[in-house]
Amino acid sequence: MSKHTLSVLVEDRPGVLTRIAGLFSRRGFNIESLAVGPTEHDGISRMTIVVNVEESPLEQVTKQLNKLVEVIKIVELDPTASVHRELVLVKVAATAETRGQVLDTVQLFRAKVVDVAPDAVTIQVTGNADKIADFLRVVEPFGIRELVQSGMVAIGRGSRSISERNLRPVSVPAPTAATAG
Amino acid sequence: MSEITGAQSLVRSLEAAGADNIFGIPGGAILPAYDPLMDSSIRHILVRHEQGAGHAAQGYAAATGRVGVCMATSGPGATNLVTPIADAYMDSVPMVAVTGQVGASMIGTDAFQEADIRGITMPITKHNFLVTDPADIPRTVAEAFYIASTGRPGPVLVDVAKSALQSMTTFAWPTEISLPGYRPVTKPHSKQIREAARLILESRKPVLYVGGGTIRANAHQELRVLAELTGMPVVTTLMALGAFPDSHPQHLGMPGMHGTVAAVAALQKSDLIISLGARFDDRVTGNLDSFAPHAKVIHADIDPAEIGKNRHADVPIVGDCREVISDLVVALQAEQDAGHTGDYEGWVGYLAGLKQRYPLGYETPAEGLAPQYVIQRLSDIAGPDAIYTSGVGQHQMWAAHFVKYEKPRTWLNSGGLGTMGYSVPAAMGAKVGCPDTTVWSIDGDGCFQMTNQELATCAIEGIPIKVAVINNESLGMVRQWQTLFYNERYSNTNLQRHDGPVRIPDFVKLADAYGCVGLACDSADEVDATIEKAMEINDVPVVVDFRVHRDAMVWPMVAAGTSNDEIKYARDLAPEWEHDEL
Repeated sequence: MSKHTLSVLVEDRPGVLTRIAGLFSRRGFNIESLAVGPTEHDGISRMTIVVNVEESPLEQVTKQLNKLVEVIKIVELDPTASVHRELVLVKVAATAETRGQVLDTVQLFRAKVVDVAPDAVTIQVTGNADKIADFLRVVEPFGIRELVQSGMVAIGRGSRSISERNLRPVSVPAPTAATAG
Repeated sequence: MSEITGAQSLVRSLEAAGADNIFGIPGGAILPAYDPLMDSSIRHILVRHEQGAGHAAQGYAAATGRVGVCMATSGPGATNLVTPIADAYMDSVPMVAVTGQVGASMIGTDAFQEADIRGITMPITKHNFLVTDPADIPRTVAEAFYIASTGRPGPVLVDVAKSALQSMTTFAWPTEISLPGYRPVTKPHSKQIREAARLILESRKPVLYVGGGTIRANAHQELRVLAELTGMPVVTTLMALGAFPDSHPQHLGMPGMHGTVAAVAALQKSDLIISLGARFDDRVTGNLDSFAPHAKVIHADIDPAEIGKNRHADVPIVGDCREVISDLVVALQAEQDAGHTGDYEGWVGYLAGLKQRYPLGYETPAEGLAPQYVIQRLSDIAGPDAIYTSGVGQHQMWAAHFVKYEKPRTWLNSGGLGTMGYSVPAAMGAKVGCPDTTVWSIDGDGCFQMTNQELATCAIEGIPIKVAVINNESLGMVRQWQTLFYNERYSNTNLQRHDGPVRIPDFVKLADAYGCVGLACDSADEVDATIEKAMEINDVPVVVDFRVHRDAMVWPMVAAGTSNDEIKYARDLAPEWEHDEL
């Protein structure tokens, strides 16, 4: 088993997420992380899907995904040739005695305090999965009160865009009584 | 532009898309659409159960190649279409299902007769739509027909909210449609064709493994040219029967769990399988790990996801079967003109020997009527121009074995999903699509009781199908497995009472009650006369109750999950492979 990151360009229509999630679950794949959002093109969303799976079933699920009418393009991002980021908001217990140490950790990881309460601070951390795991390991002893994590988003390095091609609408004649069948 | 209702727009859209027949049942949510349907050029056939509508649309589509259309209301109407939709998905049947949905403001409130049919059918449709804005109706219908009929065909569901049907809108049929994520590849890659041709010439034991895709792609003529050009042996799967004439000397029959010894051996012992519109289904391969261990594979399919799904493809070819075969013919013809031909003589001779030694056969029982004999005679009398449909089980396999198919689209059955009850409504749909063709539904007594209510539709709508019920008073295929694998413990497979001579139901009386002619036959001497009598009745549907011997079994058989090498051509009888011959 190995981790794979898929970037999927889809038409922004209701139900697309269900179709994609359904395809994974039907073939027994667990989605480790999922992030969906708009792109530089109106009406096109981009999903970043992280799955832990063998190579050959992944190929099958990718082909099945490609069959979905609303899926425009699928690219597997090579971890060495792409940038991966997640965002975590974590509420860490911070008393008068520990607050200084917590803030040092924030500095060390170039994280950010986004909210402060008398006995806790809320910290925003961004980075790849390793950095976030490291950060959480360090603050864990102070006491994690609450944690929320985004799905991973990823983009290829360099100047090329995965949405350069394939997005031009290709029109075909509509079926009519004369051509049907 | 004048305003019309969404319902009128829907009916005009269906007309514009080329629908000429719709099978359906009205109900609350779809009701607005039924009003303009009354004034339409489209013939609506009122069925007795939505499952019948769906299978009829499938039968219509499979027999004609055109998109079949069925219609139902929301909730239970729509959920009753689920089985035929799943069936059409498995067997790649072009079909559009139109369902009513509760009004847009009611969606999600658990309203009366509300079901999320779009959600329910997501994994069993090629695509589906929910329309809440009447302005979207024409474009959606155009896209639905386009998606259903192009690429790998399949079912598309269009769910239309009642509020959209009732609102006012304008109608404009799109001249173009744009689906950025849907671009089926039909033209095969020339490099792959050259590579395939090279392997074909190099191989010594090639076989053309022909699937239902060749029929969907109307590739039967090209297939025959390819086969005759090269002399390669041909096997046709259950879905492909008729794509290559049964009478052709190169045809070895159907491979798979109940395939002929020669067809199973042709795949199993091959050094090159040329798969054309087939999908290495488990019923064909048996245990996948031991399937055709020495064969390279050329896999041609219009659906890239089929290639390499079950069996690694050495030469993958994505494309429409007709174009793939045409291009292969051109490439191989050029090689032949240059003096390069394959040498398959030993292989062809070996398989011909197997075909001769292990023909399809059956034992004539000491008492009672052999079901295989009934089907054999039916084929001889009705001939290769008739369309034959079947349900699922023993009768289906016997119909695959003993009807002589010579033409594509003359054999319609539920191959992938294995839906009992397919036969009668599919025959109805086929007869509507091909009114001048004799249509025989070969059905089992178990299957027949699942959908025979459509006999009422046939009788009332003037759709004179003929039904041959192969009545062995049991769920025959399950009983066969109980005989072979469950120590003859017949748990819940007997469809009659253990004690009495009374038949429940009496199919002759049932036919009569449905306004059909009912005939019965229980001896071999009467078979011909009964079939001939049925052939003479063309104004009403006919049901013949063939009361057959109940212990007949389907042979050959590869037991589920075992290797094709373990094929038995009769109980406990394995072929002698004579390895040394090759």
